[in-house]
Amino acid sequence: MSATQAASDEILIARIAQGDRLAMQVLYGRHHVRVFRFGLRLVRNEQIAEDLISEVFLDVWRQAGKFEGRSAVSTWLLAITRFKALSALRKRKDAELDDETANAIEDTSDNPEVSVQKKDTSDALRKCLTSLSPEHREIVDLVYYHEKSVEEVAEIVGIPENTVKTRLFYARKKLADLLKAAGIERGWP
Amino acid sequence: MMAMSNKVPTQEPGEIEALLPWHAAGTLNARDARRVDDALAKDPELAKQYAVIQEEYAETIGLNESLGAPSSRAMQKLFAAIDAEPVRSGSTSVGLSARISGFFASLSPRTLAASAAVGALAIMLQAGVIGTVLMQRDTHSFQTASYEAAPSPASAPTTVTRSLAPAPASVEAPTRLFVRFAPTARVSDITALLDGYQGTIVDSGKDGLFRLQFGNRVMTKDQIAGLIRRLENEKIVSMAVQAQ
Repeated sequence: MSATQAASDEILIARIAQGDRLAMQVLYGRHHVRVFRFGLRLVRNEQIAEDLISEVFLDVWRQAGKFEGRSAVSTWLLAITRFKALSALRKRKDAELDDETANAIEDTSDNPEVSVQKKDTSDALRKCLTSLSPEHREIVDLVYYHEKSVEEVAEIVGIPENTVKTRLFYARKKLADLLKAAGIERGWP
Repeated sequence: MMAMSNKVPTQEPGEIEALLPWHAAGTLNARDARRVDDALAKDPELAKQYAVIQEEYAETIGLNESLGAPSSRAMQKLFAAIDAEPVRSGSTSVGLSARISGFFASLSPRTLAASAAVGALAIMLQAGVIGTVLMQRDTHSFQTASYEAAPSPASAPTTVTRSLAPAPASVEAPTRLFVRFAPTARVSDITALLDGYQGTIVDSGKDGLFRLQFGNRVMTKDQIAGLIRRLENEKIVSMAVQAQ
């Protein structure tokens, strides 16, 4: 994200704090897809991820006046999304998984070497990225897709900066292990 | 014994190795990016690992992009909830940073022309220099901002905290440094840093380099070295060297 857009996001938040509905629409239009995708990768359920968006942006509407601009607005949004996603997962923990969800998890998480029939690195990589633990998935997404710096990831996840670096390193090692199990060697590690 | 055999030997990443994913994503500051580039040029093993990371980076983007977008139901639900919220008074306090950003964003040539306050003009020019460099830093093609149009110190009101006027030539010049800010630095961060160090933008050169003046007094060599050290420890500063 450019410095210009970050500054413009802060202006939108200031307007939202004043009750500007149009500013809310602009902010929503700008960020809702990324918020949705981040939430979806965490909760793995489209319905819940859609509910998350409404809750995240409603929090923004309510809390905009307290935003101090210490971090980028997009970082703030992802931190709220993560918090809401983890709460949703906790709520769902004891609930019975429906067949569709269970099958989806089985297909992608439990057995990547079986699901990766084609020896196509790109395809296998995507399947293995999906198979990572939630902890590893979120850090990979935050760094690669959401383009967050070490400091920003530390703020969103709530861990020290050095832990951010080592966690991503181990996520990458796990990814390499999954690919190896699927018969794909990439020369690292 | 059991615990011993279950223990997997841990391999911590090297300092540069740990930064490779951020280098691939282009989110390192200039100093770290340079360090990683230098290491990549010298170490073929690291370069091999970097190629693997670039592949992971591309596929992570591809995977996320394939997730699609939410339906309009989410937006309808949100605005229904907002409509049900109590009406705002309009006097909610807003963060300092947002107010500064709002101020910068509201500037226009017309505003500048209408401004009779010399101090305000000085601050606006400074904001313009920061904004220009931040907006055009990626292309490395911004124009050098000039302080020639800034008012003379004599006409500047005493309430102005940062003056753009050049130092008098008759006395020893106060300390000036070339400073490059990190790509992630925002206008509000830079403004806060200038305030904290009593810094003034004198001008800006190529590649996002600012020439800054610190205070109005001459510093000793040790003081200058200390200042450079403190600046280089700031997250938003990627380089600070003494200017002539």
